[in-house]
Amino acid sequence: MTTSGSTTATGRSPLTATDLEVDVHSLGFDGGAHLLIDRALGAMAPGQRLGVTGTDPHLTVHLRAWARAHGHTLIDGGVVVRGDADDRRLVGAVRAGTVSSVSERAPRSWGLAARGALVEDGGPPLAVADLDRRIEVWTDLAPKLYAQAAAGQWDPATAVDWTRPDLPEEVETAVIQVMTYLVENEQTALMVPARFLGRIHPHFREVMQFLATQLADEARHVEVFSRRARLSGRPLGLSGAGGRASLQSLLDEPDWATASFLLSVLGEGTFLSLLAFLDRWAPDPVTARIAHLTLQDEARHVAFALGHLAEHVTADPGYRDRLRAATERRHDALAHSSGLASAVHDSLVILAAGSWEPQAISIGWNRVKRLQSEMDEGRTRRLVRLGFSDAEAADLSALHTRNFM
Amino acid sequence: MAPPPFDGAAAVTAPLLLGAVAYDPKVVTIWDGFRRWFAAHGLPFDYVLYSNYERQVKDLVDGRIDVAWNSPLAWVRTRRLDRSARAVAMRDTDRDLTSVIVVRSDSDVTSPPQLGGRVVGSGAIDSPQGTLLPLALLDGVDVTVRRFEVGVGLHGDHVGGERDAARALADGEVDAACMIDGNHLLFTNEGTLPTNGTRVIAQTPPYDHCNFSVVGPGSPLVDRFVGLLLAMDYADPAVRPLLDLEGLTRWLPGRTSGYQQLEVAVDHFGFYDSDGEVTADGYRP
Repeated sequence: MTTSGSTTATGRSPLTATDLEVDVHSLGFDGGAHLLIDRALGAMAPGQRLGVTGTDPHLTVHLRAWARAHGHTLIDGGVVVRGDADDRRLVGAVRAGTVSSVSERAPRSWGLAARGALVEDGGPPLAVADLDRRIEVWTDLAPKLYAQAAAGQWDPATAVDWTRPDLPEEVETAVIQVMTYLVENEQTALMVPARFLGRIHPHFREVMQFLATQLADEARHVEVFSRRARLSGRPLGLSGAGGRASLQSLLDEPDWATASFLLSVLGEGTFLSLLAFLDRWAPDPVTARIAHLTLQDEARHVAFALGHLAEHVTADPGYRDRLRAATERRHDALAHSSGLASAVHDSLVILAAGSWEPQAISIGWNRVKRLQSEMDEGRTRRLVRLGFSDAEAADLSALHTRNFM
Repeated sequence: MAPPPFDGAAAVTAPLLLGAVAYDPKVVTIWDGFRRWFAAHGLPFDYVLYSNYERQVKDLVDGRIDVAWNSPLAWVRTRRLDRSARAVAMRDTDRDLTSVIVVRSDSDVTSPPQLGGRVVGSGAIDSPQGTLLPLALLDGVDVTVRRFEVGVGLHGDHVGGERDAARALADGEVDAACMIDGNHLLFTNEGTLPTNGTRVIAQTPPYDHCNFSVVGPGSPLVDRFVGLLLAMDYADPAVRPLLDLEGLTRWLPGRTSGYQQLEVAVDHFGFYDSDGEVTADGYRP
């Protein structure tokens, strides 16, 4: 005798002859007897008879109710005639693609099912997931980048020594201005992908997962730049109208791939240079540390965007024209705004100078000039990776917002 | 005398009108869904909802509706009011139900006669499965019946009466409780009744439950309705959720052989008279 029950083909009297027998021993329907009966029925054809025996006092009462509710019939104490409801339920069921590879397009009828799951026909279509084409969202880098992101999450409370730096007041003011600027940029970098995350078909789950880590990254960046800005207790800096207009244009972009191009390839790509600059020239260890940590995160975001856009333009070379047009459109829209607030620019100079001595300011000035060159070189390099010619890439890079993001 | 003019438009567009009792909000989902499905299959169909079965039965025999989705008790009354009544279809799950009388495991009662002088909890006054059929098993036994009157007029469609009776049994307020076989399993699984805490001391023979009832001569619309019902396929994803909600896997032709037990119980308790008038004491649907 085993607790898992046993099945044996046997003969009874002709009236109650069975094709199979299952002994559920002492299990009742309030203890899982249906599992053994279901398993036995699963191996049988509709119309075949299963004899059920057991010692639970309620077995026959409950067997009748259970069989009726599941489309089987009970013909005699303990003999179940297998119905076909379970089979009929799975007519039209399809696999939601395969576990190991993504499909060119994910039908909405797959809904929220796991990739590779057997999807019962019917149920609500996933109407919100309109980003459902591989070409739009996918990159083979996504699983690896997600794994890196999951492993690379850091805790602002412990990853940074938040000891208040002892800086000259006017240098501290410059740092606060740069932090004020970074916070609004990071808030934008959080909101833009957040708007698209819920529209990505979960078939492309690693993309969805990666974007979730990107949002968590940006949330941390908002936190650490805010915290550094408040560290000395002095008031925050200026939020320039031109800078906000530039950021607003990212939020206004309705197309996922274009938004990803403008935000991550051009904007966050440019920020890689800025954060490396801060990491190198920051006048205090807290600023240097948070720039170092955020730089690692932003590099992943740029790699992901470059990855899925490179696959997109490879499959659809004409899409480059849309990206070019979007860059030109954004440039034209921002032509009459001031771009980077002079307060931010000058604060970067002071931050890199470390003091207000004329000789130091000269050094800081040159460092910011070099930063802007490096930003341009980086953008151009990434545009070439997306298949733009050297000349096109240089032209487009020059059109990028003066606000950096 | 000239024949009345044939109103072709009315004949084409007049829908089959079905009555159903609104025992639960899901009834709207079910019949809205079926209404769309019937329309998509060429049957003009509409439904009206009733707050209780008695009014639905009256409207059926008075010709205000074409079909009634009837409880077994409503069927019994329909047949008594109009001998032309027919049961045209039913769910697979409407066939061969049983009801049970259960006691606590530690009770000294092992058979119905031993309930003499004790208190038996039942469902609502008009519940076939929770009251009339199981209490008929106690014919000749002097018991005090404590009815749990939830959803009076719904003929036991609301599970609340049986659940309250089960709860009273578990709490020691009654010595036995009546319920349908499936609800004994449900109440045990959901914890209303403790596992291994009850014992079945009596079980009714199998009986049938709901059916679609019609009266009078047949009509092509009714035939079409029944044909479409029987053609509903559990494999069809458009209709499967509705069948799941209504608790069936396929519709079957109606049969009336499974109501004799209830006819006897109705007479025994004087619920309706032989002409279908309500005679039950204290029944206020």
